[in-house]
Amino acid sequence: MKIKLDILRQENSTSEPYRQTVIFETEDINATVATALTEINNNPNIKDTEGNRVKPILWECSCLQKKCGACAMIINSKPQLACNAQLKDYAKKGTVTIEPLKKFPVVADLIVDRTIMRDNLTNMKIWFNSQTKADETVSDIMYESSRCLQCGCCLEVCPNFYVGSEFTGMAAAVPTARIISAVPEEQKKEIRTEYKKHIYNGCGKSLACRDVCPAGIDIDKLLVRSNAAAIWGRKIGGKKKK
Amino acid sequence: MNRINIIGAGLAGLSAAITLSENGALCNLISLQQSERAQSVLAEGGINGALNTMGEDDNVENHFNDTMKGGCFMADPNAVDGLTKNAPKVIRWLESLGVPFNTNDGEIILRNFGGQKKKRTAYARSSTGKIIMSAVIDEARKYEFSGNIIRYSHHEFVKLLIENNTCVGVRIKDTYTDKISDFKGIVILASGGLNGIFPGMTTGTTQNNGDVTATVFSQGVAFGNLEMLQYHPTTIGISGKRCLVTEAARGEGGRLYIERNGEKWYFMEEKYPELKNLMPRDVVAREMFFVRRDEKCGDTVYLDMTDLPEDIWKNKLSDLREEIIHYLAIDPKTEPIPVKEGIHYFMGGIDTDEYHCTNIKNLYAVGECTCQYHGANRLGGNSMLGAIYGGKVAAETIVSKLDKNSAFDDTIPEFTNITDEPLTDEASPVCIQEISDVLLSGLGIVRSERELIKSLELLNTLENKHEYNLREQNRITLAKAMLMSALQRKESRGAHYREDYPEKDEHFRKTAVAKIVNKNVVISYRELPERRANPNEN
Ligand SMILES: Cc1cc2nc3c(=O)[nH]c(=O)nc-3n(C[C@H](O)[C@H](O)[C@H](O)COP(=O)(O)OP(=O)(O)OC[C@H]3O[C@@H](n4cnc5c(N)ncnc54)[C@H](O)[C@@H]3O)c2cc1C
Ligand code: SF4
Ligand code: SF4
Ligand code: FES
Repeated sequence: MKIKLDILRQENSTSEPYRQTVIFETEDINATVATALTEINNNPNIKDTEGNRVKPILWECSCLQKKCGACAMIINSKPQLACNAQLKDYAKKGTVTIEPLKKFPVVADLIVDRTIMRDNLTNMKIWFNSQTKADETVSDIMYESSRCLQCGCCLEVCPNFYVGSEFTGMAAAVPTARIISAVPEEQKKEIRTEYKKHIYNGCGKSLACRDVCPAGIDIDKLLVRSNAAAIWGRKIGGKKKK
Repeated sequence: MNRINIIGAGLAGLSAAITLSENGALCNLISLQQSERAQSVLAEGGINGALNTMGEDDNVENHFNDTMKGGCFMADPNAVDGLTKNAPKVIRWLESLGVPFNTNDGEIILRNFGGQKKKRTAYARSSTGKIIMSAVIDEARKYEFSGNIIRYSHHEFVKLLIENNTCVGVRIKDTYTDKISDFKGIVILASGGLNGIFPGMTTGTTQNNGDVTATVFSQGVAFGNLEMLQYHPTTIGISGKRCLVTEAARGEGGRLYIERNGEKWYFMEEKYPELKNLMPRDVVAREMFFVRRDEKCGDTVYLDMTDLPEDIWKNKLSDLREEIIHYLAIDPKTEPIPVKEGIHYFMGGIDTDEYHCTNIKNLYAVGECTCQYHGANRLGGNSMLGAIYGGKVAAETIVSKLDKNSAFDDTIPEFTNITDEPLTDEASPVCIQEISDVLLSGLGIVRSERELIKSLELLNTLENKHEYNLREQNRITLAKAMLMSALQRKESRGAHYREDYPEKDEHFRKTAVAKIVNKNVVISYRELPERRANPNEN
């Protein structure tokens, strides 16, 4: 398989972005964008299509099996995980464009600074003030809401989120659903206020976020449940499993 | 008094940070990437503790015995005593943080896991590590808000600051700006396993690049049992790594075979008629190695799951099937898949006592980067436990020694471009691969003096081939220590199998301690302590 990678690069946070095109060849039919980036970086002699040296392409990865969210980037206009984006899906077209997520400040090449996501969760006080327990009525929802990778793909496509916006997007709504599901009595009011202010009020409910979530989180369900509990004051879960 | 510095924000680092905070101490939590990216999120199977919820009369003494036996009596019995006694408490703590463990009538279900006689492993479907991490990250967040914990989540360990055999701080680099800072104070290392020493060959993350361990080894920190690598028999090669095929695949009826004279030979079933494909991990991995080496056989072992009933695929192994189709383009329901052993866990690591103190004063180590708890082989489900419990013990040890009358100095250190020595370059991928190739040739599943000496010679040749930067040199030194540890252990025990010494030798039931003395790697053996009659209740 031979494929052209068109990569948007940037030396550091203040320098001008530029494009570099590299031809990548591999025998591995299951190769991903992560494979291509790794192998290009491992090959000191590789040249771009104009014959220039390719300096190591900076990107973040960790698990290489779509479980850690590190490698989120924009591949052919869609935010997704590089370790999940198989080249064979693009082979017909012959070119893959690779760009950093655009909602966040670029650090270098494909690395962006996603610190805002954690800061939002801290400001919203996403934790349990005292001991709790995931009883059987909420265990499904607590499991689902614990699966968020904090990758940022949902924020990338969200029309209402930007760095610094009061609205904190789906990447905050999902972990918040964990807290809302089993919140101790004395913390209820506080978490509902946070939810309303930072999530409910800003969300247009278009669910563009759902279609890009690489973890396939059932965002619909979580929102319905959180709204029921935080806005309408209903008990989450309700139906017992057996 | 300075903030305590924790390097690594996986389960072990988080546990230490939370325990310090609960005790009013302040810390810096430093990691290359944020906690959501740590290897701890990959754990699938579960976490062990004798909760005795399955009506099997289990107790902590059984857990102690299984752990010691699994580790071939090479672990510190007093440390294991504390680990197993506190395991139920650790799981109850996680439950109180809202971890949705699988339950039945409100009580945690425990499952069987390799090497344990009773059901003792709590789990949250097939992503136990991820689900536990989300809860523990939220708990740490509480103390980030209160200022007890300050996160540095794109920061790299550069080196320890050591004066007169005492750790006085750590130098770290902001990877976003390349600026550095010297953080003064006590240091806890929680930097995970040595994956990066074996690129593409482990089931873990690329983030644990091995630089921390290689650097501190060259700085004089002592290591234990470096020869003990756990291979998992069933992994599949995916781009850049080995991907674990859970033991459940065999538990539910998957069969291993190799082609012999044009026919499928289900070798495990023939050789071990009783337990068949469910023999312990190290035995399976070794047999796979032997049949592949046999001339009459092909060179690929397959895992055949084509006879599994529909409901198992649907209810128990659906994630696995999806993963295999995605990465291998093979549907395991209709076609056997090629499997090979992959490095899954590092039992060896920084040498600590049961309180997680290292040989350097004010330096502690916890989690997979240490050699604590697992001896010559780790039981599945004991490592997350060891990471959480170890983090807690180290933090408590530190708190017990703090001067209660002195306050924490809360100036935030500055990052600058100015250093007394230039930052070293990263190790080059070519060099990393060369070292890995040499190591793998000596530290495979089956080892021998001949192969180990050959590997050491290759490493010497490599060392003299050209100039290396500091990180590369450190890797070579650590590699030497690993090979020497394996060469000098002239017996077979746990994960260490010597074809030339296939039996256990009681004389070697000791911790192999590797250290740099006058620039040379020296291996010595330390006796294991006796189990105290009344080990500390803590
Ligand atoms: C596929 C898989 C399945 C597993 N399943 C189980 C299971 O079912 N049960 C079980 O008990 N165990 C399991 N394990 C093992 C278990 O996950 C680990 O042993 C455990 O999570 C280790 O935790 P830790 O905190 O020590 O390290 P990690 O979680 O690896 O964290 C290491 C930390 O160190 C940081 N770090 C590394 N290098 C640097 C550096 N140079 N500078 C700064 N920071 C650095 C990283 O950023 C990270 O934050 C499994 C492992 C794998 C790979
Ligand atoms: S539903 Fe729409 S507005 Fe709401 S978080 Fe998703 S993308 Fe954003
Ligand atoms: S909700 Fe999905 S897309 Fe958004 S951060 Fe979490 S895992 Fe990523
Ligand atoms: S590297 Fe972890 S999700 Fe891609």
